[in-house]
Amino acid sequence: MSKPVYIQEASLVTPLGFSIAANILALENEKSGIEEQHGTDILDTPFYAAMIVSKKIDAAFEKLGDPSKYMKLEKMLLLSVAETLEKSNLQLSEKTALIIATTKGSIDVLDPDISFPEERAYLPVLGKKIQSFFGFKQEPIVVSNACVSGILAVAVAKRLIQNNIHENAVVVAGDLVSKFTVTGFNTFQALSDGPCKPYSKFRNGISIGEAAASVVVSSEKKKNTFVQVIGDGSCNDANHISGPSRTGEGLLKSVQSAMREAEVSTNDIDLISAHGTATIYNDEMEAIAFNRAQLQDVPLHSLKGYYGHTLGAAGLLEAIIGFEAMNQNKLFTSLGYDESGTSKPLNIIQKTEKKTVNTFLKTASGFGGSNAAVLFKKVSCEH
Amino acid sequence: MVGATPLYSLKKFHVSTKLNIQAWCSVKNGTVSCNGKKIVSTDNEQTFSEFAKQIYKEQQWEYPKFYKMDRLSKLTFMTAEILLNEVTISSEEKEQLAVVFSNKSASLDTDRNYQNSINSIENFYPSPAVFVYTLPNIGMGEVCIRHKIQGENAFFVFDDFNPLFLKQYAESLAQNNKATQVLCGWTEIDEKGYKSFLYLASPNGTLPHTEETITKLYTQS
Repeated sequence: MSKPVYIQEASLVTPLGFSIAANILALENEKSGIEEQHGTDILDTPFYAAMIVSKKIDAAFEKLGDPSKYMKLEKMLLLSVAETLEKSNLQLSEKTALIIATTKGSIDVLDPDISFPEERAYLPVLGKKIQSFFGFKQEPIVVSNACVSGILAVAVAKRLIQNNIHENAVVVAGDLVSKFTVTGFNTFQALSDGPCKPYSKFRNGISIGEAAASVVVSSEKKKNTFVQVIGDGSCNDANHISGPSRTGEGLLKSVQSAMREAEVSTNDIDLISAHGTATIYNDEMEAIAFNRAQLQDVPLHSLKGYYGHTLGAAGLLEAIIGFEAMNQNKLFTSLGYDESGTSKPLNIIQKTEKKTVNTFLKTASGFGGSNAAVLFKKVSCEH
Repeated sequence: MVGATPLYSLKKFHVSTKLNIQAWCSVKNGTVSCNGKKIVSTDNEQTFSEFAKQIYKEQQWEYPKFYKMDRLSKLTFMTAEILLNEVTISSEEKEQLAVVFSNKSASLDTDRNYQNSINSIENFYPSPAVFVYTLPNIGMGEVCIRHKIQGENAFFVFDDFNPLFLKQYAESLAQNNKATQVLCGWTEIDEKGYKSFLYLASPNGTLPHTEETITKLYTQS
C-alpha cells in the first residue's frame, strides 16, 4: 500500500478574486471573469479573455514588495504562494519541494516594449525568483507540459512524496494572457467570438484566461486536511501535435491509470472537472474518452466559462474549485452550456446544487498529445 | 471497492521496479554518439539545420514530417530515433514506454522566432505552424507519434542537467506501476548551441541507474 498523500492548503489569484471564498461566491452567482477586451496592445480587434487588472495585483502585492520590480506573472505566483504558505504554516525544509507549472512563464518579456531583461523569460530564472523570495532550500522543479502542466504538477508532487524523495511540496501554477498566446491561438482560428461555451452545440473556440493557483501537497494529514490524492496518470495520444485524438486514447489511458491506482470504479466518482476548452475537437474528444471509460453519467463541468483557458494554471485552479465542491458538497454549473454539442452524451451540470461529492476526477489535455488525470478523495477532518 | 466496473481496473502491470541503463545516445556539436561510440562526426561548421538534414538523409528515415519540425523537436526526434533504433523494443513495450525529458530553455528558441512575427503591425505574420512549436513538450509528442508511445509523459525545466531528478522521477514511475521502461534525458537548444542526451532506463539494462552513472555518460557524451 502506497503512502497516503494529501492536499493541505490552497489559494487562488484569478479575475474572480484573490481568495477562494471570492471565487466560490462568483461561481455560485454564475459570474464569469471573461470580458470583451478592446483597446489592448494584445490584438487590434476586440477579443474575449479573462484578465486580471494589473493595478489590483500591484495593490495586493504592496504587502510583499515593490510591484515595479516584478513582472505580472511573477507577482501573481508570489501572491499565491505567500498566501498558501501563510495559511499552512509550512516549515520549509530540505525535504520541501517547490514545483512550478507554467506553459509560457513571463513570455511577455520578449516584447520589445517591456523593459525587464530578457533572461526573465527563462523558466529556471522564474523558478529561482520564487525560490529565493521564500527561502526554499531545493532547486525548483518546473513542469512545462502544455495545458496539462498544472494538474500534472500535482501528480509529480504526489509521486515524489510517495517515493520518500520529498516530505511535502508547494505546487504553484500560473500563466498570462499575452500578445504571444492570444495571437497564436488566433492564427489557429481557435478564439471564440464570445465567452466560450464548453460542450455546447454552439461552441466555437476558446477564451483565454490568466490565473495563479497553489497548494501544499504533503504526506502529513493535518486537523483541517480533507483531500487525499489517490491516483494519477498522464498518457500521450501519439496521434497529432496540435489536434486532439479522435478516439480519446491518451485521456482514456490517463483516467484508467488513475482509477486503477486508486482502486475506484466508475460509480464511485461523484464529479468530473473536465478540460472543456470549447473547441469543436477537444470537447468531442473528451466526450468519446469519457464514454469509453463508462463515465458518461457522472456529473461533469468545465470551468472555462468562468475563467477562460488559463493554460498551465488551468488544471490546478480547477482542481482547487473541485476541493471546494467536495468541502461544500456542491456541483457548480458548467457555465456557457446550453444544448448538447458532442456526438456522445455527457452529464453536464446545468444548475448549481447540493450533492455529496466524495471522489472527484480532474482531467486536462493539451498540445503535444498530452493528457493528465488525477483522482481526489474526501477524507474526514476535524472541522 | 470494485463494483460495476470495467475489467481494466483489475488489471495491473507486472513489473520489476528495478531500472538499469540499457542504452544512451547524444547529439552535440555536429557529433552523434550512441552507447559510447561515435556514429556520425561532421565538421562543426554546419548550422544545426544543415546537420539535422544530413543525419536525416544518412539514416534514411523517410519521415517527411521531420522537415516541418522546429529545431528543438528535430534535435529531440533525431536523438530518440537513433536510440530507439539501436535497442530491441517491441511495439507493445513502446506503447507503455514512459518519456521524461528536460532542458533549460524550454522552447525559447522557437518562441523568439514567433515573437519576431508579431512585433510590429507593419510586419505582422504569425503562423500556426510556428506557434504550435512554442511548447517544450512538442518534440516529445513528435517522438510519441513516430513510435506510437502512449505511456507517461512529462517535460521538466531546470537550470542545468539534473541526473538525480531524472533518476528519482523515473524510479517513481516504475515503483508506482506507471511504467516498466522510461526514456529519459536532456534536449536543449538555444542561441549558444545545442546538446541532447537521452537514455533508456529498463529492467533489461546492465549499467546501474545511478546519479553517478548518468552524470558520467552525460559528461562523456
